[in-house]
Amino acid sequence: MRYVDEYRDREKARMFAAMIGEITKRTWTLMEVCGGQTHTIVRYGLESLLPKTLALIHGPGCPVCVTPLEMIDRAIAIASRPDVMFTSFGDMLRVPGSRSDLLSVKARGGDVRIVYSPLDAVTLASQNPGKKVVFFAVGFETTAPPNAMAVWQAHRLGLKNFSILCSHVLVPPAMEAILSSPSNSVQAFLAAGHVCTVMGFREYLPIAERHGVPVVVTGFEPVDILQGIYLCVKQLEEGRAEVENQYRRSVRPEGNVRARQLIAEVFTTCDRKWRGIGEIPRSGYTLSPAYAGYDAERVFNVEGIEARESPLCIAGAILQGMKKPHDCAAFGRECSPERPLGAPMVSSEGACAAYYRYGTLNHR
Amino acid sequence: MPDTPRGDLAAGPACPIPIADYPHVTLAHGGGGRLSQQLIETMFLAQFPSEALRPPHDGALLQLGNMRLAFSTDSYVIRPIFFPGGTIGELAVNGTVNDLAMCGARPMYLSAAFIIEEGLPMEDLWRIVVSMQTAAVTAGVTLVTGDTKVVDRGKGDRIFINTSGIGMVLPGVHINPIRATAGDAVLLSGRIADHGIAVLSVREGLEFGTELKSDTAPLNGLVAAMLHASPDLHVLRDPTRGGVASALNEIAAAARLGIHLREESIPVGDAVRGACELLGLDPLYVANEGKLIAIVPGHDADSVLEAMRSHPLGKEAVVIGTVVDDHPGIVTMETRIGGTRIVDMLSGEQLPRIC
Repeated sequence: MRYVDEYRDREKARMFAAMIGEITKRTWTLMEVCGGQTHTIVRYGLESLLPKTLALIHGPGCPVCVTPLEMIDRAIAIASRPDVMFTSFGDMLRVPGSRSDLLSVKARGGDVRIVYSPLDAVTLASQNPGKKVVFFAVGFETTAPPNAMAVWQAHRLGLKNFSILCSHVLVPPAMEAILSSPSNSVQAFLAAGHVCTVMGFREYLPIAERHGVPVVVTGFEPVDILQGIYLCVKQLEEGRAEVENQYRRSVRPEGNVRARQLIAEVFTTCDRKWRGIGEIPRSGYTLSPAYAGYDAERVFNVEGIEARESPLCIAGAILQGMKKPHDCAAFGRECSPERPLGAPMVSSEGACAAYYRYGTLNHR
Repeated sequence: MPDTPRGDLAAGPACPIPIADYPHVTLAHGGGGRLSQQLIETMFLAQFPSEALRPPHDGALLQLGNMRLAFSTDSYVIRPIFFPGGTIGELAVNGTVNDLAMCGARPMYLSAAFIIEEGLPMEDLWRIVVSMQTAAVTAGVTLVTGDTKVVDRGKGDRIFINTSGIGMVLPGVHINPIRATAGDAVLLSGRIADHGIAVLSVREGLEFGTELKSDTAPLNGLVAAMLHASPDLHVLRDPTRGGVASALNEIAAAARLGIHLREESIPVGDAVRGACELLGLDPLYVANEGKLIAIVPGHDADSVLEAMRSHPLGKEAVVIGTVVDDHPGIVTMETRIGGTRIVDMLSGEQLPRIC
């Protein structure tokens, strides 16, 4: 398969692993921001190919994991209503809220459906005028354009029975928050290639400069990630802190201009709470005033629902790279993919689930 | 995730409900993963003590006089009922035929029970029935008894079919997951994930340029050819719901041995691989309806592989791994790029990822 096989090539992977080994002289800590990258790292066993002096920290880039608990509870409250058809990407359905999850709402008779695109939810709304169709709009900048497009389309079609429960989050403010934390240990970032495909990478220039950290925009295949790590380590060893683009086949400096225009029309930046981390200023999208009528939180008046996390779960420390999943006392015991305490155990992109499923034998 | 803690609430004094985590059955309990396994072990096996149910197998092996019979049952619920490469009827015949074949039996007689939703077009029913008869003839089995129920509109999903079957186990054949032995070769009869992806693509209206077809097929002919090459096959398993990964995990757990795979050797068609990439699904966990996994003594691997490759349903058969003494109960894999990882069992259904 083109654009896939060449980035999963054993010889190229070995070559980059050897190059990393050659240039690594000191101990370095890197963070891959995106959950998709974490997935690749564990799925292909990449850590087993790296020098022991390189530590990879799995960042907060799994949209399912960082969606705050109260937002799941709000989703459950909305989905439980008999007049609602609640639509979502598949992996949100098993995320535990305070007392239940969306799959259990479905088991009790709620109309909860998996869709593959937010536009499918718009189609459902136009086909089911008697139902209020809600789409659970979570994700980073990557999913913002299709979600914006869904709202824009619904508006154009004059649909009154469509809304989104919006819990969008943004990468650069999260990176800023991690770097500004007193306990930060991250020395370089693999930035998320898909986010940069949409947004470009100019917003990372001031971050690299201000904090003196290399930022390498990186793709998602094993060879991409190894090359991204190589570029990070090379910068660190040479004492540079620049923004580099490993994922050139997809990312342009300015990103996807039309997608960004659509985002700017439909969404506006807001403060956002991240599960396990807390509130980060200007780190989310909410609907802009012109589209506020499509905001499910207002439509169903669920803004008052609040929630509290399980005290056993150290998801916050994991999402910020301060702990690894197997540092958690509940990992594999009270908390497993069958009975997740925190969101990183639920999503296949979550650091805990990825460790549980693909973790090396040593970690067990 | 519990709604409320349960434990001893709703049950009588003698038998507390063994599943405390979920007060309701969720779809994940039917996904073929760890939650399905939990449901079977803690609900069903706890109440039905029959030896024939252990260890978990595709069917029961029963001794009747001096005859050994295999007996198996399966229910078929699939949307849509017609899909590229087959119908729910073909699936119902082939599925039970295959379960019997995986016990090393020659499938002989089937029953069929239909639960039909009011309003199903007669024409659709006829198409299903005809496809079942064609499948039965192809597999060399006879439908000998049946039942029909019609339920109110909205109380079913068009049609559900249950089939049960019996077959005769040939003398000298002892197929059982506990017979897997360190050093055995793990064979796979062809490319994986065709059925699951074909059904998903029509159900969800996804188009991938080329038509993806279900691999539904009766495997008893292939098994006969393999047994002819080596009657000492240790384990046979058709990796249906839950895919190759779940089937191998079950075998590793039953045999208390490890299994080590080589990712590069596992065949996946290009279109299916593309679809899996797009949807964020791992083909190792996607259903097959016409493939089998065989675990055979190392010294028999070549002859069994040759027998498989000379059968139309085993043309692309390959060795995908070995049974090992290390890490009992765990399936590991050397990844395409040379790393090592665990191939775990999923907890429920595989859900498409966000991005």
